Amino acid sequence: MSELRLNAGAAAGALAPRDYHLAHEPHPENGTALGFWLYLMSDCLIFAALFATYGVLGRSYAAGPTGAQLFDLTLVAINTAFLLLSSITFGFAMLRKQQKDVKGTLLWLAVTGFFGLCFLGLELYEFAHLIHQGATPQRSAFLSAFFTLVGTHGLHVTFGLIWLVVLMVQIGKHGLIPANTRRLMCLSMFWHFLDVVWIGVFTFVYLMGVL
Amino acid sequence: MSAQHTTHAHGAHDHGGHDDHHGDAEPHSSLRDYTIGFVLSVILTAIPFWLVMAKVIADRNTAVLVLGGFAVIQILVHMVYFLHMNGKVEGGWTMLSTIFTVVFVAIAIAGTLWVMFHMNANMMPEHPTPTPATHEAPGHSTP
Repeated sequence: MSELRLNAGAAAGALAPRDYHLAHEPHPENGTALGFWLYLMSDCLIFAALFATYGVLGRSYAAGPTGAQLFDLTLVAINTAFLLLSSITFGFAMLRKQQKDVKGTLLWLAVTGFFGLCFLGLELYEFAHLIHQGATPQRSAFLSAFFTLVGTHGLHVTFGLIWLVVLMVQIGKHGLIPANTRRLMCLSMFWHFLDVVWIGVFTFVYLMGVL
Repeated sequence: MSAQHTTHAHGAHDHGGHDDHHGDAEPHSSLRDYTIGFVLSVILTAIPFWLVMAKVIADRNTAVLVLGGFAVIQILVHMVYFLHMNGKVEGGWTMLSTIFTVVFVAIAIAGTLWVMFHMNANMMPEHPTPTPATHEAPGHSTP
């Protein structure tokens, strides 16, 4: 009996057209953007921990130099301007991308990279200057927290710049294919996100540190 | 050759509209958005720097509150005009994950500061009762 049934089932299975569920599964229209956004949000948590650490240790000078003595606000203002300019030029690159203008996209990406490099150069100059003055990360809890927080942000900018250069090479080689526009969208989110974090840095570390 | 390929790949997206999950389904940005965002950011950056560098606000707590307010507004401006946030992107999941993160970050930072700056007040009192350690102390200290 059961054998018969099995056979019958197998026969029916062989005859029936295979049924794949190809169409209209509910899924986000653009999973990459959401996934990358979730990565950025998790990155936010790293910065939250570093900001909290700085908030606790930011006034523990160990009889060493204070923020008011060390920070040069003019330098920080110039740095902020560099990062803000790089944000808007990345926006221009995205607008050129929408026009399918490979050359324009590459040009604005190069300008973005230039401003990013200026930011990084000025930050490294500031770090070198601090260390030269004896304000090293080992000097006090305040300086440890400062170098960790600002350094982590600088490291993000560094990797953003590496990503930018690699992507420019790819766009130069393959044009604005869907894969490249997707990467460009992710990098744009990353870059704007770094600018958002910098708002927190210049407000809570530099401006409030000088007060 | 690559230019041709590009036009073809995007043609379906622009004209057909039937291909929802094409790789390029991001919200389309406009020059207007970026310009508004940039101008607002410049203003919202310049004011806090001016407040601190010109020492406009004498009281430290007031200054901290004002600076924090400017930072929050500028972060919102960046979110809306640069990162193109709204409740509709990705069916609301972007917004939801952001709200979750904001709540988490607020609890983590505010909670840390609250706990750490009340440590002294919340410590176990040391003086009132003599502990066994103080009884033993004389025995150890005399040679």
